[in-house]
Order: sequence, then structure tokens, then C-alpha cells
Amino acid sequence: MKKRWYDYLWIWSIVYFALGFFNILFAWLGMIDFLLPLGFAIFGGNKGFCNHFCGRGQLFAKLGGQLKCSRRRATPRFLTSRGFRYGFLVFFLIMFGNMVFQTYLVGAGAASLRETIKLFWTIRVPWGWTYTAGTVPDWIAQYSFGLYSLMLTSLLIGLIVMVFYKPRSWCAFCPMGTMTQGICRIRAKVTKSQRS
Amino acid sequence: MLSKRLAEVDRARCVACGACAQECPKGAVRIMNGCFARIQEEICVGCGKCARICPAGCIEVKDREGRR
Repeated sequence: MKKRWYDYLWIWSIVYFALGFFNILFAWLGMIDFLLPLGFAIFGGNKGFCNHFCGRGQLFAKLGGQLKCSRRRATPRFLTSRGFRYGFLVFFLIMFGNMVFQTYLVGAGAASLRETIKLFWTIRVPWGWTYTAGTVPDWIAQYSFGLYSLMLTSLLIGLIVMVFYKPRSWCAFCPMGTMTQGICRIRAKVTKSQRS
Repeated sequence: MLSKRLAEVDRARCVACGACAQECPKGAVRIMNGCFARIQEEICVGCGKCARICPAGCIEVKDREGRR
């Protein structure tokens, strides 16, 4: 099959995490991965991002499929159940909200900037070499650390399930995928009821 | 001529990630409105590549005859 430019977006995924290792402010680029899927779902009524432009999904397919880093076992059924998927989405949104609140506290001067990233929402890892204090307002830096933590945590979870199960097992419960599919389902229902 | 086997999607469990569509050598899989994958039965050759890649395990390869 002929390769298209967006079949190489797995490279972008690697570049993103590499950039965040040297300068945390590049973490803001991760907002593309949040806003684009929502844009596709809300305005286009499709999961075009998941289907074609998700660098992370492509990376898992590359590592797990072509490089054979996956055991390719069936994903446990509970991970693909609606309850778990929506539960994980709610958890993810709460953690995202918490991150935004921390950013607000730093911006309001009620908390100080923490130059660390948090893996799996619990383990603090020093990440201070990626930021020189005073370069930008503290809240911008705080948001960078928070977003990078979220992105790295989800990458690690994705890699773990990739190794144990199928290459793209993460896609079965990816919060963005769940949210955009939910939006698409609502849109499809609304369109259908409008036609009838 | 149609193949003896073809893939079938459990729409309720499909997450519409599109992994199957990318894997299908015949381009027989379409993601419908971001809701679920749909197999174009007249194109599907029942190779099972989509079922093997599907992270949600919602694709099965069945006999065409048995379905009818």
C-alpha cells in the first residue's frame, strides 16, 4: 500500500518526548494531541485523528507489530469494556482538571513552581534541567510539567499493555479515543433523529 | 468470486480506532462516522489480519455460508 505523509507521524511522537527531555516548554505541543481529535469529532463527526494522524498509535503499531515487541495476546476483556473505558476517561479528566488547577494556583501565586514531572500520577521525578527559571511566567512552565507528565504516563501505560497484549491495546481504552467516539455517537444519533 | 470466509465486527464493542482499516490489504474496512468499523463484504477475503490486529478483540472471521 502506498505510504502517505501521515503514515510517518510516529516520528513526531518520538520527537515530542525527546524535545520535552531537553526543554519542557515544548510539552505545550502536546495540546495538538488533545485539540485535534476533538476538532475531528465535533466538527467532522469522525475519528480521523485516531484513524490516520495518531502518532502514538502508529508508534505502538511499529514497535509491537514490525519490531515484534508485543506478545500479541488478546487484550483482557475488562480493559475494553464500556465501564472501564468511561471510568478511565473520567479519571483522566479529573487528573487533567487537577493539573489545570495546579497551574491556576501557581499563576495566582498561591503555590510555587515545581520543576518535577509526576509519573502514574504518584511518582515525582526531578526534571529541572529542562527549564531555566524566569524564562516564561511560572504558570506556563507549570502547565508544561503537568502536561508532559500526563503524556509520558499515558505513553508508558500504552507501552506496558503493548508488550503484554496487542500492539495497539492502548487504543482500546485511550481516553481521547473514548471521548471522541462518544461525541461521534451522539452526533450520529442527533443526525439520524433530524433526518427521521 | 467471493471468498468462503469473511470478517465480522461486533459493533457494540468496536472502539473505532482504525487499526483494522490500516491493516486490511484489500481496503475492505471503513470506519463509520467514528462509531464502529464496517466490513465491506463483497471486498473482504477473510484473511483475518484485521481480527489479529484489533485491540478490542471485536472482529471474528466466520464462514460466509454459516452466517446466512
